[in-house]
Amino acid sequence: MTAVLEPAATRAPQSLAELTGRARRIRQHIVDVCTGGEGGHLGGSLSLVEVLTALYFDVLTVDPERPQAPERDIFLLSKGHGAVGLYATLAERGFFDPAELAGFGRPGSRLMAHPVCAVPGVEMPTGSLGHGLALGVGFALAARLDRSPRRTYVALGDGELQEGSVWEAAAGAAGLGLDQLTAVVDRNGFQLTGVTEQICPLEPLADRWRSFGWAVREVDGNDMAQVQSALRAAPWTPGRPSVLIARTVKGAGVPFVADRVASHYVRFTERQHARASAALRRQARGDGDD
Amino acid sequence: MTEATVVPARATREAYRDRLVAQLAEQAKLICLDTDTGLFGGVDFGPAADRYVNLGIAEQNLMGVAAGMAAAGWTPYVNTFAAFAAARAIEAVKIDIAYNALPVRIAATHSGLAAGHLGPTHQALEDLAVMRALPNMTVVVPADAAAVEAVMEQATRLPGPLYLRLGRKATPAVPTAEPLVIGQVQMLRPGHEVVLVACGPHPVRAALAAAEELAAEGIEPVVLNMHTVKPLDVAGLCAATADARLVVTVEEHWRGGGLGSAVTETLAEHGPVPVVRVGMPDTFASYVGGHEPLLDHYGISAPAVAAAVREHLPRFSPPANPRRGGHPVVDPNGSGRVRREVEQ
Repeated sequence: MTAVLEPAATRAPQSLAELTGRARRIRQHIVDVCTGGEGGHLGGSLSLVEVLTALYFDVLTVDPERPQAPERDIFLLSKGHGAVGLYATLAERGFFDPAELAGFGRPGSRLMAHPVCAVPGVEMPTGSLGHGLALGVGFALAARLDRSPRRTYVALGDGELQEGSVWEAAAGAAGLGLDQLTAVVDRNGFQLTGVTEQICPLEPLADRWRSFGWAVREVDGNDMAQVQSALRAAPWTPGRPSVLIARTVKGAGVPFVADRVASHYVRFTERQHARASAALRRQARGDGDD
Repeated sequence: MTEATVVPARATREAYRDRLVAQLAEQAKLICLDTDTGLFGGVDFGPAADRYVNLGIAEQNLMGVAAGMAAAGWTPYVNTFAAFAAARAIEAVKIDIAYNALPVRIAATHSGLAAGHLGPTHQALEDLAVMRALPNMTVVVPADAAAVEAVMEQATRLPGPLYLRLGRKATPAVPTAEPLVIGQVQMLRPGHEVVLVACGPHPVRAALAAAEELAAEGIEPVVLNMHTVKPLDVAGLCAATADARLVVTVEEHWRGGGLGSAVTETLAEHGPVPVVRVGMPDTFASYVGGHEPLLDHYGISAPAVAAAVREHLPRFSPPANPRRGGHPVVDPNGSGRVRREVEQ
């Protein structure tokens, strides 16, 4: 353990093989957690796995041994219902023992179904949508005033963008010129009861962010190389906050729930768990989806 | 009210503004986040200029940004009207600030009926109810400019969030022999049988004036300045009301949920002592007028307080076995008279 963490800018990129391997293990954790018990928010956790993996295993300056290290970067899961994915990632990264994941949502566990600060690595509690970006603006503004190299990353759901407070923060961040701030939109196209474009349309989403003064990039959010490359390169325009629109598949990695609204909250049976795990193993071997 | 005072009348919000400008020069990790309120127009922040940030008209964002900065080690003072702090932005106050127990100071101006003719959209008569419901929140209503300065000095040692309820126009200094300490009731006037419990510039002065009016009739009310609505000084309140026949609360707030409710809840559990609440009736203001005409119209005034005492005191007999005889002198510190089982 070094006294001061090495910033991402001077670290060599993590290999794609390492990242994809981690992503598969994180997906397995998520599938495990969403089996039995209370179940969990499966679809929106799986869709964000490449983003979480690229951040925690390559981009973010963090130290699992020192979750509060002052020189760390900040990640906020504004779409707090993706807690299963965040917990799985934190556990895989070493912030806590992955065995603890089995207690998710159960009496006495600290793994509440929306992120809480009692979990090592969680910076702020989230879950009520529309809070994370303003918090991120606060962290980024603090870093600027502190003359700190700290970067702040905020993951938003696409349905979450229907909350007006997101756009207060978006306008505020651009007005302040906070290029220390990067937002990621998990654009999986679904919200709780259906398709975003049929409920409260968001497109043209990139134009919307651009018109608020943000630097915008769009990638296949389940393509690790694209996600890693884009996140490592931020800020893309000096003086502007960056937003990565990650076009993802809700439930990505588990073919029999992927791209379906029903993947939002799932409690797998043991048989479904076996089927999902087999699909993840096949992807690891390169056999493709079933 | 126009009584002559040695200390000139001053608006609590202006006292806040001037003290904050001084504190910004003294404390490197202090920041002022504004929402285009205009309170800081023309202020020269000097070397601290980068620590005044106008975030625009976006109060939800204000509270979230403040929480993020506080989590990163800063102490933000945020400025908005009480109406917006306690209503529009309340979810961010609850989740981002109170839940995390972060040291954000919410400076809420135009509280109560202070917005006057601007109307109910700008009046805040629910803010004490809302803020005192939140765990970790400290809720203080300074009665004058000196009280604001005392609270802000003590706030530098307050680890959690603070709701600082401020007014709009100048109000006279409140005569008091005791320094303000957050969480400790101030006794402004000794007396017996009747206890007037007030917070805020106009209610406190209304209570004091009502007490003088009643004294001419042989009733000598105690007057308490309960500037800290949360955490309520339970021990001090119980001590000061131990021999009371009647407690009357006075506040610039709807009668439900605020100081009157806090006092009633406490005395119901620890007294019991009859409580009558003077405050805004259960209605939105429809009367057009400035701050003081509105207070008079809705009965948040010295005559209204005195009338409440005259009306309700006869309902409650003197105690059959007074614990301290007929004419107790209230000990403002109360330490010797607090029942040991009282919870803080």
